[in-house]
Amino acid sequence: MSRSAAFLQLLHDARFDFFTGVPDSTFQPLLHALESDPELGYVTAVSENVAVGIATGSYLGGHRPVIFMQNSGLALAMNALGSLAAIYRIPILLVVGWRGHDGSDSPEHALLGAVTPALLDALRLPFFVPDAASLPADVARAAQTLEARQMPCALLCRPGVVC
Amino acid sequence: MRRSQAIAAVLARLRDEMVVTANGWISREACAAADREANFYMLGSMGLAAPIALGLALTQPARRAVVFDGDGNLLMTLGTLAMIGDLHPPNFLHIVFDNEVYGSTGGQRSASANVALDALALAAGYVDVRRAVTAEELDVAIAAQLAGSGPAFLLVKVDAEVNGTAPRVPHEPAAIAERMRKAVGTVMIG
Repeated sequence: MSRSAAFLQLLHDARFDFFTGVPDSTFQPLLHALESDPELGYVTAVSENVAVGIATGSYLGGHRPVIFMQNSGLALAMNALGSLAAIYRIPILLVVGWRGHDGSDSPEHALLGAVTPALLDALRLPFFVPDAASLPADVARAAQTLEARQMPCALLCRPGVVC
Repeated sequence: MRRSQAIAAVLARLRDEMVVTANGWISREACAAADREANFYMLGSMGLAAPIALGLALTQPARRAVVFDGDGNLLMTLGTLAMIGDLHPPNFLHIVFDNEVYGSTGGQRSASANVALDALALAAGYVDVRRAVTAEELDVAIAAQLAGSGPAFLLVKVDAEVNGTAPRVPHEPAAIAERMRKAVGTVMIG
């Protein structure tokens, strides 16, 4: 099984059933797999704040949503996360591709890459930083956190961890 | 037409539709006119009324999702029009109460005075696009669009009013979400 198929299986086992987001090159094979699986389905959003709105609607409609986004988009979605998902108590799994995590990425990712954990902390959103070995346990912990806290929770994914 | 009258007229025609109301005076006036369990009042997150309703429409295909949007709200996330035209949910009704100003922040002008939002919706692929200026036109349009197939778009031209009188929405945000989930039957009542 490919790494992206294994990750989708983990999400499926944790009963996530609505997928949206904005494309990120970190998740290329994963998004391709999602788009080609009619059972899972995937809604491409025009921006990350719009994805938070769509995920919120899917939760109101009885689903368990996941948003895939790049960390640059996390910055764009700050208000949607803070003034919608957090205060209305909407549990959304944020799978965030972490560009610029080690300072060796291209210039546009340097600053946002360095402050990404601080952005999540500033919004008081729980998050985990999985590696390949801890990924199954981290998905389970994130699912438990969503259930317990009733607010968004993030998996902050360095390139190569989930696909 | 006053916006509060237009909002009340639309609400009076609704049955089990899921409604998402844009932040500001639109949410306040909807709550004051008819406080339904299936009304999702936005308090902040401007621009996201249509995306929230889209998530509802896609996950509850047997019920209709109705957006009470504003011109400033829609302009903030205009790309959502393309998503709705592309995904083409037949159970989606997008109503924009267009007063051509940012009324909740003091009446600063919006681009909708010179840009036809209904023409943008038509170009994006909405199948039933209408415009209402009078109360009679609103009645005819809403009756047809609640009976027909979408995605539908209704531009309602309303007066620019800076100071509304409707009180704040009295519900806590988490309670607003839980009410909607109960109304659509995704959690058990009681």
